[in-house]
Amino acid sequence: MATDLKFEYLREKALSREIPDDAPAPTLELDSLDTLWLQVTGTLCNLACLHCFISCGPKNDSHDMMELSTVDDALEWARDYGVKEYYFTGGEPFMHPEIKTMIRRTLDQGPLSILTNGLLIDDEMAGWLADTFESSRYSLDLRVSLDGTTPEENDALRGRGTFEKIITSIERLWDHGINPVVTVTTQHAGAGGEAKRREFFEFVRSRGIDKPRLKFLSPFKIGREERRDRGYEDHERLVEGDLGDTGGEHLQCSSCRMVTSEGVFPCPILIEEEDARMGDTLEDGMESIDLDHPACYTCHVDGVTCTT
Amino acid sequence: MTTSTRTVAIFGGVYNNYLSLEATLEDARDAGADAIYCLGDMGGFGPYPDRVFPYLRDTSDVFVMQGNYDQSIGNRLEDCGCGYTDPRDNHFAQISYDYTFEHTSETHKDWLAELPEKFERQWAGLNVRMAHGSPRTINEFLWESTSPDPFLDRMLDECGADLLFVTHTGIPWRRELPSGRWVVNVGAIGRPPNDGTTKVDYFLAHIDDDVEIERRRVDYDHERLAGEVREVGLPEEFAETLETGWWTTCTGSMPAKERAQGPY
Repeated sequence: MATDLKFEYLREKALSREIPDDAPAPTLELDSLDTLWLQVTGTLCNLACLHCFISCGPKNDSHDMMELSTVDDALEWARDYGVKEYYFTGGEPFMHPEIKTMIRRTLDQGPLSILTNGLLIDDEMAGWLADTFESSRYSLDLRVSLDGTTPEENDALRGRGTFEKIITSIERLWDHGINPVVTVTTQHAGAGGEAKRREFFEFVRSRGIDKPRLKFLSPFKIGREERRDRGYEDHERLVEGDLGDTGGEHLQCSSCRMVTSEGVFPCPILIEEEDARMGDTLEDGMESIDLDHPACYTCHVDGVTCTT
Repeated sequence: MTTSTRTVAIFGGVYNNYLSLEATLEDARDAGADAIYCLGDMGGFGPYPDRVFPYLRDTSDVFVMQGNYDQSIGNRLEDCGCGYTDPRDNHFAQISYDYTFEHTSETHKDWLAELPEKFERQWAGLNVRMAHGSPRTINEFLWESTSPDPFLDRMLDECGADLLFVTHTGIPWRRELPSGRWVVNVGAIGRPPNDGTTKVDYFLAHIDDDVEIERRRVDYDHERLAGEVREVGLPEEFAETLETGWWTTCTGSMPAKERAQGPY
């Protein structure tokens, strides 16, 4: 595919260049705030996956759960501005005691995707989500993370026994009328390749979901993933000129911002990174950003977008 | 609408379907349309790409805009730039694109490369904008369930329009915004709108003191076109969509809400 060829070219180009130590990072303007991310449960999660790029877990409260009023403020600002789509992530969003209210209020003003590990979606919640999906004016998507087609593959990253629980949640959503997007990170062997991707499609289909929807995400070598595997090499950073003629329009941070209990950040990846915080309000987040973090390199050379 | 001063027609997404194009133009002219706007994407799933051009070129009442497909074919690019992310969608899109590219004559490719990317008109004192995907991006998908009112209002503010027509997604919808302005996605005439019927859609605008929008559903010889899809060796899935009215490919880019309407 031409898109793959493009990013292969960008990777080769990035590897073959020489970067002076003092080369400045590119600056990127916010073209349009189309995508608003809300870190509704902060860094609190009921799992502690080994490849998590923000070290989320039961004990990480560096970003606390968002108050309902903080979510309401962000939604009001976004409505006045004209945001196109909304995303909830965490941590695990379904740990939030007011998650249903947040979902309803968000869906009243635009389409919503929720990134979840699925473990807390019981029959009652699946039924409520299906009713909400059916009755809402705007679209609702559930993105459920799965990291292997076998318990061995998945549980090595997401924790013992999680494979069966995740599959059960995916099937439960499907049975209630919601077709979730199964999200796969490409950490484990071969998941970035075409053959393994097809295997994932076939696997999901084999569980009775005859319209499989999948999303594959490249790893970010920060957070717990940095400790599991490795961090970024010195050359894995962006400098002025790397973005080429098209600028940064392929980067999600040209059209997104993230709100957490701690303030506003450029994107969902950088919330625990030093100097990434842009301010208290979305108004502060309208400024341009310096692409001076190594994770920005992954978004550029792999063409990563966190959107569905 | 016999009382309107004038009537114009707007359609998009021909997808090589010269039979539905012929039927649409006939329906529009019978309805009294004195101007007919095509919002782009001449190529796609159907057979014999060169057959659509005589209906569109050198006709005094038809105004044609460039879609992402036309931009790619016209500039001899290697894929359609449709913006799909699902590998299965890309697989079928590439088959369709390679076939269309190979069977579109050079003179028509040159014509596609030179088409305008927008139309701006004034109807009944309203600023009317026509675009392929959106006013800002040729391959932006404006689906009904993922285009919130405040976002559309911002888009209309940015291009200074009171009435916006787009295509690109292939499924028609229209909405009056709380601000009183309108957005209309005219759908596509090249394949049915994933609703289990074989008809295709376009819109008429009846212009008098105000503008009234009318959705039109057009019958054409879909069985003949499906036969020709098979005849030239294009995937069976393309023929099946024409015969059943359900999309079999390029479903991955649909929002969950639209996709839930169909079996695939």
